[in-house]
Amino acid sequence: MAEVTYLEALRQGLWEEMERDPSVFILGEDVGAYGGAFKVTEGFTKRFGEERVIDTPISEAAIVGAAAGAAHMGMRPVAEMQFIDFISCAYDMLTNYVATARYRAGLATPIVVRGPCGGYVRGGPFHSQNPEAAFFHTPGLKIVYPATARDAKGLIKASIRDDDPVIYLEHKWLYRRIKEQLPEGEDLLTPIGEARVAREGKDLSIVTYGATVWKSLEAAEQLAKDDGVSVEVLDLRTLLPMDDTAIMRTVEKTNKVLIVHEDTRTGGVAGEIAARINEQAFAWLDGPIMRVTAHDVPLPYAPTLEDFVLPQTEDIVKAARWLAAY
Amino acid sequence: MASRAAPTAQSPPVPGGLTREQLLDIYRYLRLTRTLEERLVALYRQSKVIGGLFRSLGQEGESVASAYALDRGPNRDILSPLIRNLGSMLVMGAQPIQILRQYMAKAESPTRGRELNVHFNDLERGYLGQISHLGDMVPVMAGIALTFKLRGERRVGLVYIGDGATSTGTFHEGLNFAAVQRVPLVVIAEYNRWAYSTPPEKQFAVKDLAEKAKGYGIPGMTVDGNDVLAVYEATRSAVERARAGDGVHLIEVKTYRRKGHAEHDDQHYVPKDELDWWAKENDPVDRYAKRLRQSEWVEERELQAIDGQAKAEIDQATDACVDEPLPPGASALAGVYAGPPALPPHWYRSL
Repeated sequence: MAEVTYLEALRQGLWEEMERDPSVFILGEDVGAYGGAFKVTEGFTKRFGEERVIDTPISEAAIVGAAAGAAHMGMRPVAEMQFIDFISCAYDMLTNYVATARYRAGLATPIVVRGPCGGYVRGGPFHSQNPEAAFFHTPGLKIVYPATARDAKGLIKASIRDDDPVIYLEHKWLYRRIKEQLPEGEDLLTPIGEARVAREGKDLSIVTYGATVWKSLEAAEQLAKDDGVSVEVLDLRTLLPMDDTAIMRTVEKTNKVLIVHEDTRTGGVAGEIAARINEQAFAWLDGPIMRVTAHDVPLPYAPTLEDFVLPQTEDIVKAARWLAAY
Repeated sequence: MASRAAPTAQSPPVPGGLTREQLLDIYRYLRLTRTLEERLVALYRQSKVIGGLFRSLGQEGESVASAYALDRGPNRDILSPLIRNLGSMLVMGAQPIQILRQYMAKAESPTRGRELNVHFNDLERGYLGQISHLGDMVPVMAGIALTFKLRGERRVGLVYIGDGATSTGTFHEGLNFAAVQRVPLVVIAEYNRWAYSTPPEKQFAVKDLAEKAKGYGIPGMTVDGNDVLAVYEATRSAVERARAGDGVHLIEVKTYRRKGHAEHDDQHYVPKDELDWWAKENDPVDRYAKRLRQSEWVEERELQAIDGQAKAEIDQATDACVDEPLPPGASALAGVYAGPPALPPHWYRSL
């Protein structure tokens, strides 16, 4: 066992897959000699060569499009978006070309599009986004969003091996903040489509993913200590396809559910989760399904503004306390 | 047999190193394309074609000739056709019955009724179907050509782009990326005068599309797109250079779209005399046949025989599929992902 950060775990996963399978290659902006804006691919060019770690022009549509073409030919490209905010420049390529390829034309397109996302880092409107809702609506894509170092590694490896296109969202606030003991020399895989109970509880469930898994765990700890409320935290890990079974299991166990995400509220993933619970587990509910999310504004830069807009641990505590008392 | 007679001593040498059989083969694809499209018009008027119908009338020459310059056969060169490159698909081995079934949305069509017209592919035969978002195939084909380069395979990609689509961001991004990576890719830029109803002067401020090549550091040239042999020779030479590792090449083919954007479009924005001139004086199939005859490379009756064969082939293909069923509705739910097999229908469907 060795203690590794979330970022190092991701790096290890990429490295191991490139060692294992010669059809895996990386393309993106500044991923080569520079090693990527956050150094996820540091040292890769030296080991794997420029042909497998391709520095591209500033062209997200070309990065994703070229990855798709290579994937049709049997390659397994991993495309890096320098910040995930720029994935919107490849929105057409992902939603129209990539996502539909298997359905409309029988074309396998096993690509991974990954990049740093999320706020709490004073990144402002264009270096803090959570783009999942924009792609969540598109059949043909898969979306994973690890919260732990183990899953950062396990999900990148599973995504590369998956036969469908996967958007891999990695939270930059977690990159060096989260550390975990991971086994060495073991093929660590996290199955796509399976949620994880991050904390067992019996009074109320928090369904969440990404950075807010950690904020929800903090909140759960505080509620246990201060209120004697037992909170279960479900870390979705995969958003598409969503693990309905795990969601309904926790709803049936605690009968109250709070959905927490960092992304903005309207049209966000929480709305879909609430609809599914309503359709599949309405009879189990002892209270309304409530949401804690970012406010519906572009994410502002000033710490006072960002802190106000994003969901904080204290917000989760307050909302859960309200729901527990319902 | 007279049809196998050697050319007479007086006839000029056949360009591009083509044999007499190849010259006739090219003519066969031209005629097949036109005959197939004419059949589709008939089926469209009978409401057998489900969606729109897109003609390549007047520009079949450049499609057929450019595709003919590729290495064909299992897992050889790959091209990406646009809506008016039906001819190029036939050259690569697509069957007329597949196109008829696509237009009529038959269950047995290559996409099982999921996609329209020529939007289908067979990578082994060497064609990758387009999507409707013009320009998107340039980055995708750059990725395919990149794979050829990474694997050290001596294969070439060819991508068509319309004059209007050179205005898209994906065209720029894809071509620039391909040029920087020096991948084996040939771009056929089709100047056919109309992007739906918009003329070139409202799309770009250069005169010739070939001028755009300069901005990417790649060679660009302009060819008479209705001169079949000129397009063949230019493409062949670009393909050979790309195959040898000389990177991306752009060939602009000047041609003319003689029908509307689709069959419903009455072309009221097109000057009538312009249309007449292209039909009478610059039809690529007529020009090619005339050149074959005048150069005495082939005999008239050989061409006539091909015309008859093309019609018979299309008749047979039509008869074989026109009454086939459409796909069952519930088949729409399978195949979005590699697995699981299919989505269940919504709950109210079983009430």
